[in-house]
Amino acid sequence: MDLNDRAEHKVFREEVRVFLDENKHLAPGESAFSFRMRPRNLAEEVRTWQGLLVDHGFTSRTIPKEYGGYGAEVDILKSRIIADEFFAASVIQGLGNQGISMLVPTMLEHGTEEQKQRYIRPTIRSEIVWCQGYSEPNSGSDLASLQTAAREDGDDFIINGQKIWTSGAHIADMIFCLVRTEPDAPKHEGISYIVFPMDTPGIEVRPLQTMTGTPSFNEVFFTDVRVPMANVVGNRGQGWVVANSTLKHERGLLGDANRSLDSLLRVKKLLQNESLDGRPLMENSLFRDRFIRLQARVQAMRLHEMRMITDAGKGKERGLGDMVVKLLGCELNHQLDGLGIDIMGEIGVLYDESPMLRDGGAWQANFMFDLGLIIGGGTAQIQKNIISERGLGMPREPKVAPKAARA
Amino acid sequence: MDFGLSEEQELIRDSFQGTLSRICELDVVRQTAEAGAPLDENVWGELCQLGMAGLLIDEDYGGAGLGLLEAAVVAEELGRRVAPVPFVASAVMAPLAIGLGGDEDQRRDWLPGMADGSLRVGVAVSEIAAGAREDAGVTAGNGVLSGRALFVLDAAGAQGYVVADNSGGMHLVKADAGGLEQIGLKTIDRTRAISELSFENTPAEPLRQGEGVLQTIIDAGRVMLAADSLGAGEVMLQQAVDYAADRKQFGRPIASFQAVKHMCAEMASELQPCRALVWHGAYTMQHEPAELSLAAAFAKSHVDEVGRFVARTATEVHGGMGFTDLMGLHYWFKRLGVNRAYLGSPERVRAEAARLQGFTD
Ligand SMILES: Cc1cc2nc3c(=O)[nH]c(=O)nc-3n(C[C@H](O)[C@H](O)[C@H](O)COP(=O)(O)OP(=O)(O)OC[C@H]3O[C@@H](n4cnc5c(N)ncnc54)[C@H](O)[C@@H]3O)c2cc1C
Repeated sequence: MDLNDRAEHKVFREEVRVFLDENKHLAPGESAFSFRMRPRNLAEEVRTWQGLLVDHGFTSRTIPKEYGGYGAEVDILKSRIIADEFFAASVIQGLGNQGISMLVPTMLEHGTEEQKQRYIRPTIRSEIVWCQGYSEPNSGSDLASLQTAAREDGDDFIINGQKIWTSGAHIADMIFCLVRTEPDAPKHEGISYIVFPMDTPGIEVRPLQTMTGTPSFNEVFFTDVRVPMANVVGNRGQGWVVANSTLKHERGLLGDANRSLDSLLRVKKLLQNESLDGRPLMENSLFRDRFIRLQARVQAMRLHEMRMITDAGKGKERGLGDMVVKLLGCELNHQLDGLGIDIMGEIGVLYDESPMLRDGGAWQANFMFDLGLIIGGGTAQIQKNIISERGLGMPREPKVAPKAARA
Repeated sequence: MDFGLSEEQELIRDSFQGTLSRICELDVVRQTAEAGAPLDENVWGELCQLGMAGLLIDEDYGGAGLGLLEAAVVAEELGRRVAPVPFVASAVMAPLAIGLGGDEDQRRDWLPGMADGSLRVGVAVSEIAAGAREDAGVTAGNGVLSGRALFVLDAAGAQGYVVADNSGGMHLVKADAGGLEQIGLKTIDRTRAISELSFENTPAEPLRQGEGVLQTIIDAGRVMLAADSLGAGEVMLQQAVDYAADRKQFGRPIASFQAVKHMCAEMASELQPCRALVWHGAYTMQHEPAELSLAAAFAKSHVDEVGRFVARTATEVHGGMGFTDLMGLHYWFKRLGVNRAYLGSPERVRAEAARLQGFTD
């Protein structure tokens, strides 16, 4: 065990720092924190920044050059160094939207040469913004039961049905979507993964107000939406496998330890700055104890991530260690938000444009938003199913036969 | 960056794992515990052959000269087997106290015997590490000690003690010194011995270079307890998973009930990141000594909480069987219970963590 950088990485860390020193002023002004509260702002400066990062290999680093990436060899330690240095400088490391973090890796794994050429470059430069059309009103955790139908018509599919909870659909250029192409096949085998523009005729997007007060997800209705069959990613009927590789990427994204550390440092500031009966809350041993409890958890998650990174670098099977990250990380973030709110007492429940509001209302917004992340991307219960079944080798739930089939 | 064990460290783990699985079956633990013996001679002897007692002692004094990370690897294996041998005090805290705090004569007198396992040394620091109960405490003056030290680790059968006085000075006391009485205490955990020492003008030799060493050995001890709890917790989880696969109710293995699966998933999730905390705590001692106290505080307090959760949940998965003596699961349950209380409860250790970070004075 040696937590210092090796020579090569020391040099690299220095390079990242120099880049940040020189270019920091170009980064979009919002901190990652407030960024999450607002609908995505894809102003020119965001795109420019994103392009600059791609050009320097600070995002989309290992994506091959021919698809517009930086083409670096996979070096998980370098990726980590970038993340840490950007975090330390409070600079956004590019956009982490669903296109970049989920569609691109999936395309790389399953896409045709033409699809890769066409979509990856503009996606990583934020010239194309994507949304993820998986969930349906009757198919959430049981995603494979989805019913949105794609009927063959010549070289096209005609899509009818409805998606729901589709984050960012109201601002997206494209959607990656799961549709049922083989209605008679068993449920996992009749699904295809397909991509198409959001301005295709027959798509209607209805924003849903969320509990935070900001619409961030939508209902998306498809009525006779015509999409070329060539837009299927991976083989027709294999969408379930393709989608699962996407979900794997999403879960990695959702449990980021730097995000927890960021919250922790904000909670610490609150403890130092907020007062009760004229004394700073940091003098209150009960709140201090709650803080240190969570601090130990954040530390555990950060170090755990380092261990996982090391194992990955050595090509070791990570298994259980990886599976727990989404469950623990999302829960931890939610608890950190909750502690922040409790520290402020009644001030903690102020919202909107209220006087005395702290951090623009971010604490309550995040408390709700992070609960959304506990639910989204596979609920906590589904994570526990995965951990017990795939991680611990426990048996699956027995299938309950439909009523009619019993007796 | 490399956050993992070296090949040598993995070798140490494997050799302790192999030996312990051969010589330290639950029957052996049970016999030792029921006899009220301070240790199992056979287990102790074999582990000393592997170098357990001298792990942290310099090669000049007959030890292996290894670091706290190697000791943590061993502690985890001992916890897995609820091994009835002195380790935390006798093989970690005492050798560190004498190695770091003793002068050359003291090291020559004590360390070689400790390294080969012929000399065992208990450690009396509870009043400093966990706080004084029952007004216990030890005063030092004119080469003698007076007072009481409670909850002395690895004291039964020891030939000497490292004793902290009320003002943080450290002393070496021979077990046959005048005015010294050792009173065995009984805890829930019969796999490790714990005692009270009472001193009445008992001759003692101060450790001459003791500055800062007391805190270091407490920190090291905390990391060891966390490692022990991690091993014990992992085994309890595995036993719960195995038992659930075998036990059938309602015509199916209870492992197929989601309530049971989720209990196991929660234990697994809580345990997974603990290893990184433990390793890091151990690593800091040699590599980032200024971070040791805080890292040890995080490791101890967090693993204590996870340990309590796992101990009760794994027992619960076993139903009535978990409550029996026969199943033996309680040896792990109790080991975890004691690890939590030793060398500072989670609350106390977190309060220290707050002070260390300047949040309070
Ligand atoms: C903020 C947010 C953003 C989202 N963004 C998107 C998006 O962009 N694209 C998209 O496709 N989807 C998105 N989702 C949808 C998300 O993936 C689903 O909400 C999630 O998978 C759960 O499905 P559901 O809402 O139908 O809940 P249900 O599946 O109905 O679950 C309800 C409750 O039942 C429990 N439950 C269900 N099945 C089981 C089981 N087998 N065992 C134990 N418990 C079970 C769940 O854990 C949960 O507690 C988003 C959700 C949120 C909250």
